[in-house]
Amino acid sequence: MLEQLEQLYQQALAEIEQITDAESLRAWEIGYLGKKGSITQMLRSTGQLPPEQRASFGKRANQIKLDLTAAYEAREKLVREQALARDLEEGQVDVTLPGRARPTGGLHPSTQILRQLYAIWAEMGFQVYRSRDVEDDDTNFTLLNIPPHHPARDMWDTFYTTTPGVILRTHTSPGQIHAMRDLGGNGTQPIRVILPGMCYRYEQVTARSEMQFHQLEGLAIGRSIRMSDLKGTITAFAHRMYGAHAAVRFRASYFPFTEPSMEVDVECFLCGGKGCRVCKYAGWLEIAGAGMVHPEVLRNGGYDPTVWSGFAFGMGPERMAMLKYRISDIRYFWQNDLRFLEQF
Amino acid sequence: MKVPISWLKEFVDIDIPVERLAERLTLAGLEVSGITYIGVPQGQADGVRWPNSDHLVWDREKILLCRIREVKPHPNADRLVIAMVDYGGAELEACVTGAPNLFPYKGLGPLDEPLWAVWAAEGAEVWDGHSDEPKRMILKEKSLRGIPNRSMVCSEKELGISDEHEGNLLLREQPLNQVTGQPAVPGTPLQDVLGDIILEVELTPNLARAYSIYGVAREVAALLGKPVRPPAYDYLAEGAPIDGAAAIEIRAPELNPRFTLALLRDVEIKPSPEWMQRRLKLVGQRPINNIVDVTNYVTFEIGQPLHAFDYDKLVARAGGRPPTIITRLPEPGETLTTLDEKTRQLEPHNILVCDTAGVLSLGGIIGGAETEISAETKNVLLEAANWNFINIRRTMQSQKVFTDAGTRFSRGVHPSQAILGLQRGIELMRQTAGGQIARGILDAYPQPSPTVRVELPIGEVRRLLGMDLDVETVADILRRLLFDVAVRSDTLDVTVPDFRTDIGTGVVGQADLIEDIARIYGYDRIPDTMISDQIPPQWTNVDLVREERARDVLVALGLRENISHRFTTPEREAQLIPPGADNPYAGGYVEIANPLSADKTALRHSLLISLLENARANARFTARQQVFEIGSVYFQRRPGALPDEPRRLGILMTGPRRVADWASGLAADNVDFFDLKGVVEGLLDGLHIAEASFSRAAHPSFHPGRSALLTVGGVDIGAFGEIHPQVAQTFELTAAPLLAAEFDLDALLAAMPDRHETQPLLNTPPVYQDIALVVSQETPAAAVQAAIIKAGGKLLRSVRLFDVYQGGSVPEGHKSLAYNLVYQAEDRTLTDAEVAKVHQKIVKACERELGAKLRG
Ligand SMILES: [Zn+2]
Repeated sequence: MLEQLEQLYQQALAEIEQITDAESLRAWEIGYLGKKGSITQMLRSTGQLPPEQRASFGKRANQIKLDLTAAYEAREKLVREQALARDLEEGQVDVTLPGRARPTGGLHPSTQILRQLYAIWAEMGFQVYRSRDVEDDDTNFTLLNIPPHHPARDMWDTFYTTTPGVILRTHTSPGQIHAMRDLGGNGTQPIRVILPGMCYRYEQVTARSEMQFHQLEGLAIGRSIRMSDLKGTITAFAHRMYGAHAAVRFRASYFPFTEPSMEVDVECFLCGGKGCRVCKYAGWLEIAGAGMVHPEVLRNGGYDPTVWSGFAFGMGPERMAMLKYRISDIRYFWQNDLRFLEQF
Repeated sequence: MKVPISWLKEFVDIDIPVERLAERLTLAGLEVSGITYIGVPQGQADGVRWPNSDHLVWDREKILLCRIREVKPHPNADRLVIAMVDYGGAELEACVTGAPNLFPYKGLGPLDEPLWAVWAAEGAEVWDGHSDEPKRMILKEKSLRGIPNRSMVCSEKELGISDEHEGNLLLREQPLNQVTGQPAVPGTPLQDVLGDIILEVELTPNLARAYSIYGVAREVAALLGKPVRPPAYDYLAEGAPIDGAAAIEIRAPELNPRFTLALLRDVEIKPSPEWMQRRLKLVGQRPINNIVDVTNYVTFEIGQPLHAFDYDKLVARAGGRPPTIITRLPEPGETLTTLDEKTRQLEPHNILVCDTAGVLSLGGIIGGAETEISAETKNVLLEAANWNFINIRRTMQSQKVFTDAGTRFSRGVHPSQAILGLQRGIELMRQTAGGQIARGILDAYPQPSPTVRVELPIGEVRRLLGMDLDVETVADILRRLLFDVAVRSDTLDVTVPDFRTDIGTGVVGQADLIEDIARIYGYDRIPDTMISDQIPPQWTNVDLVREERARDVLVALGLRENISHRFTTPEREAQLIPPGADNPYAGGYVEIANPLSADKTALRHSLLISLLENARANARFTARQQVFEIGSVYFQRRPGALPDEPRRLGILMTGPRRVADWASGLAADNVDFFDLKGVVEGLLDGLHIAEASFSRAAHPSFHPGRSALLTVGGVDIGAFGEIHPQVAQTFELTAAPLLAAEFDLDALLAAMPDRHETQPLLNTPPVYQDIALVVSQETPAAAVQAAIIKAGGKLLRSVRLFDVYQGGSVPEGHKSLAYNLVYQAEDRTLTDAEVAKVHQKIVKACERELGAKLRG
């Protein structure tokens, strides 16, 4: 029996030397050391031996079991190391194969620009105030110092509805009247708001002009709002939007609801001001119209223009997106072609 | 408006590069949108950028003014002649040419009046007159039918002045040398004779005063700090008096504040002089004859439109008596045939110029055909009038007639300009057409405009501009703009010149002046400051925050945002309904009175129309579409009122569930109702809305069996599900199930809680158990789940349906619903007995309440 044990021991040692994979090693362990393994069975059969042999056999068998367990553990470590080495050496994939596609969602580019504008203006204390799309003629024009038939109305091609005196707003400026009357406390409270919204113009749709577009208007009313504040505020905005070193230029212009009025240009960020096709070789890109709120408009909003003053500005998110992302055709915005939307 | 620099310089000295001037004008609100160069090189000004011009620069040595002294026949060709050209050199140069306008002089020998023309020497660069495409060429010696030729007499096209190549450019008179102001001699560089630069100036509606060359000159003078030289308004009147020869009657002075007439007898109708024709061409006008050209010239020169009548035709209409010019509104049914040969039905607000026999012209806009100047005209009655600008604009728009005169009057011309225009015009006519001006002028001015005065405290300038300009600086700027200023300590008393119709009174007048002060001082010199005013009360736009949250959740669920045109038609939206069903979209549209096209006559009632039309367009390129749109729809609830503009959320999903890729094979599984429902539930979760329930929808746009109505807290939010197959068919979207939703976004966002509570994380061990219940086919899954949750009590931590099974061992008319249940206590490890007790309670409750059987 002892001989048999010794023979089994030698056999087990010889076999394990040959093992190189985890599966064979596991089979070896089960075969010798498992519950029904041959060494385990030998140990269990100690009781069948004559009593005088039992102690020495048991001692030897236990010793062999410990040795084999140690051999197993050593081999197991070796096999694991070898497998790791093999995997590291041979387990390659073609890393140039494309990844598994993940479906993604995304915001419309106009929404993205609007959010950027909300964030920048919020930092400067301007909150979002929204008003309606379908307006009365008074709020869209007359209260903004554009009386009926006034030549200034030529600046807006208007969609009229079949309800007399009701139009689609041509700009977000009627929101100025709503905001002043709503938030101004009858001309007693300062205001700082931005007014985003969809606007409509009776214009043929081409690559360069749309019948529907967003505007974002701004309005600040206070007891000491000055044109220098308008310049400083717009410049601060431009530095956040177009970079801390963007040059800004203010040109005199005309809007009936502001005076002085101005157009705001930023140095072309596509060519660095050297002149390119997009800036029409002028080196400047128009980014906003602005001005000091006209006294008539302040009055119509409930404010005394000899005490209160304010500034207003307006910008076009689609135009900003077109410049930022080099979008060549404004019609892309509302066509919702997924090939376009998936680029944002 | 085109502004030739040569014309501008008549009124103001310009000593800076034109490109710099263009920038100064642009910054001061007269935007120069383009510069056209004629023959002269493009200038450079530091820091000013303009696109490079590709015009032809006339070589100062090689392109010269010349005289053709004789036109000889060509010995070998009938269709060619030889021009003997005096270009200021020692000898005449022989140039072979086929120009038809030289043929009348052929063989006449040396001409008594040699022809003024333009000569290009050998080596000069010109445009190729025979090429259809713009192409340059260098003149080289070559023989033309046996006669050597190395230079040429040029056409306008060869010089780049116009496309005219029918004949040589011939000047009827000796031109001026623009540099010296003296008559130009042969050999003068053409640059100095015809070279010019044209500014294209965009004028905003407030710049009526600058709608003329002289008007722009006033602005230039103010910007450069130079004096402005007005045109000459004196005239030589030696003829018999106008009194008794004509009369004026104004019947609507508020629409026609002033009307003036002058009479010029014994004119000779002929082409106007070369200099006048050239200027008219430079501003885009076609010369007609000396009388008509003067009316146009004065319009462009000082901005006062004129109208010339054939006096004898008026006399004839008056039955041989002196005519009375009457301005009035139309009688019912009156018509007028205007110079553009249109017979117009007159509207009640159209102010007219008439005589006793009827209508002569549409006042201030366009003349009538009957009394116009013709080649036979002998006596000219010249009108210079003033019209209410609002009414002129209204008439131009309603009559759809847009003229240079009407455009100027519609922006506002001061009545004082009428008399200046009349004097300027009648004298220019006398100079170009001869004759005698009748002594005296007829001037009807029933309601003279008052002079505008504005009191401007310097403090107001400082308050609004934010800088401490001193009184003298401000006064100087205003004086440069021709305001009359008296300084009274800290206040300026400003008298407004009459051409400034844009300056108001009181606080508005102050703002008007402050704008001018800022403009001329320079916006760039006003400092940049941050607002120091009190910060207004701060608040959060909850409505917007929630809307943006909804966008974020939908994007996280894998949807792309659409934004669509809000225009549609009732017919387009009727396509959302299967044939025969009631149309819930009909009626209550906001209708567009002036639609751009027949498919955009109203504002939408539904986002579904936008989403389905977008999906149809996208289906050409992609099968998988998962999108949403947030936007308004419009309902005319009460006639005459402003419409309601509720916000909606629309969702559309169709096509493969997954994006196809190489590793997963072709993604064939199409999305179905439960994919959309997953998005809806994801949205509710993301918005932390708990009180949602789903029931069958009864919306005609959807499949009746595979659509649901979402209700939150008892409020209907909207339907979602599979689009009705017949509707999908209409939109050609039948390749895969088409899922859509339209929700009332206002109601949905109103259900969002201001805050929500989180669940604590438990460290006690959870016990996982599954349960499969067989219930009748009709039992809603929601009822089973509700029964489990109710019976499970506090220890049941979560319930998740993982399988729905029919057939096999499940009896006919039944289904098996299998759930993963998780039991967990907050404070202790659950015993097997505790779990078994709750589990049993759930089984019992389901048996009792739903007739459910445990699946064996
Ligand atoms: Zn550029």
